[in-house]
Amino acid sequence: MTLSDLATRLDLKVFTSATPLDRPVNGGYASDLLSDVIGHARKDDVWVTMQVHPNIVAVAVLKDLAGIVLVGSRVPAPETLVQAEREKVPVLGTVLGTFEVAGRLYGLGVKGS
Amino acid sequence: MALRRFRADLHIHTCLSPCGELAMSPRAVVERARAAGLDLIAVTDHNTTENAGAVIEAAADTGLAVLPGIEITTAEEVHILGLFEAGTDLRPFQAEVYRNLPDVPAKMKFVSDQVIVDAADYVTGFCPRCLFGATRFSVQEAVDLIHFYGGLAVACHVDRESFSIISQLGFIPPGLGLEAVEVSPRLGPDEARREFGSSDRLPVVRFSDAHKPEEIGMAATDLLVEGPGLEEIRLALAGKDGRKVILS
Repeated sequence: MTLSDLATRLDLKVFTSATPLDRPVNGGYASDLLSDVIGHARKDDVWVTMQVHPNIVAVAVLKDLAGIVLVGSRVPAPETLVQAEREKVPVLGTVLGTFEVAGRLYGLGVKGS
Repeated sequence: MALRRFRADLHIHTCLSPCGELAMSPRAVVERARAAGLDLIAVTDHNTTENAGAVIEAAADTGLAVLPGIEITTAEEVHILGLFEAGTDLRPFQAEVYRNLPDVPAKMKFVSDQVIVDAADYVTGFCPRCLFGATRFSVQEAVDLIHFYGGLAVACHVDRESFSIISQLGFIPPGLGLEAVEVSPRLGPDEARREFGSSDRLPVVRFSDAHKPEEIGMAATDLLVEGPGLEEIRLALAGKDGRKVILS
């Protein structure tokens, strides 16, 4: 499953326009505490969060995450988007809340650790 | 004027904070701060400055210096301390904060009353909005707003697992413009230096974050300054002109 597949299946909005979505997703992690994500997310996870601060890009790069899904119709801060494109971190979004989008991802086979 | 050490606890709540005890009245805060050997305190309620003036007035002629302040909750749920010069007109600042605080009514169950008082400890009102919530300000916006009103911005209790810039954002974003980082009383001076001494080269301070009278001064930081004004504190945090922070 790639981010592009997930975007289609879950009707996700894609905020990054110049970053490819062909990266495979091997799991998922949902958390709004970036310190927790640093500690526990795994490489190639898709990360579900409501944080929109530029630091989410740094954390995604550090943990080599597949991409970020922002919940609840949140939009990335302008600087977040600039850094995401520069670092090639896909940033997507949904109107759904964390619980719902995590459930739907799980239903598509994206599992936690 | 000669430099001397001022013992400072610049993170103290009053009865206006939803988690602050009713006993944290202006007179009690001043009395306890003096008993704890403090020279300088700041009144920093959650998302409000409305009780600061009463504490400043209550401390008049006591030898205790009091700065008005605030502990802003940002959209990321990071706590940022704003410290201002006494006498600053903070009404427009406060209006801006309230405009950006979701208008959730204060619930009187589980959180204490948000009591506005005068310098003689008389109740003059209750803050009707829930001060516990997060403002719509990002961390950067909160820091910029504090600076706009001439204040100093300090990241609160960075050693804690909640409401800390490090817990919420993983690390301190470079270039924010913070004047200092604060650790909670849980860390001693040596631990604070060891764990956070190199945090973005920001000075480390220890304050009490007191919500009860007996917590006032539980952690404090010495400032080597000429006087207790904000500009002297700014110099001490920057380590300029002989002024400095002494973590002890």
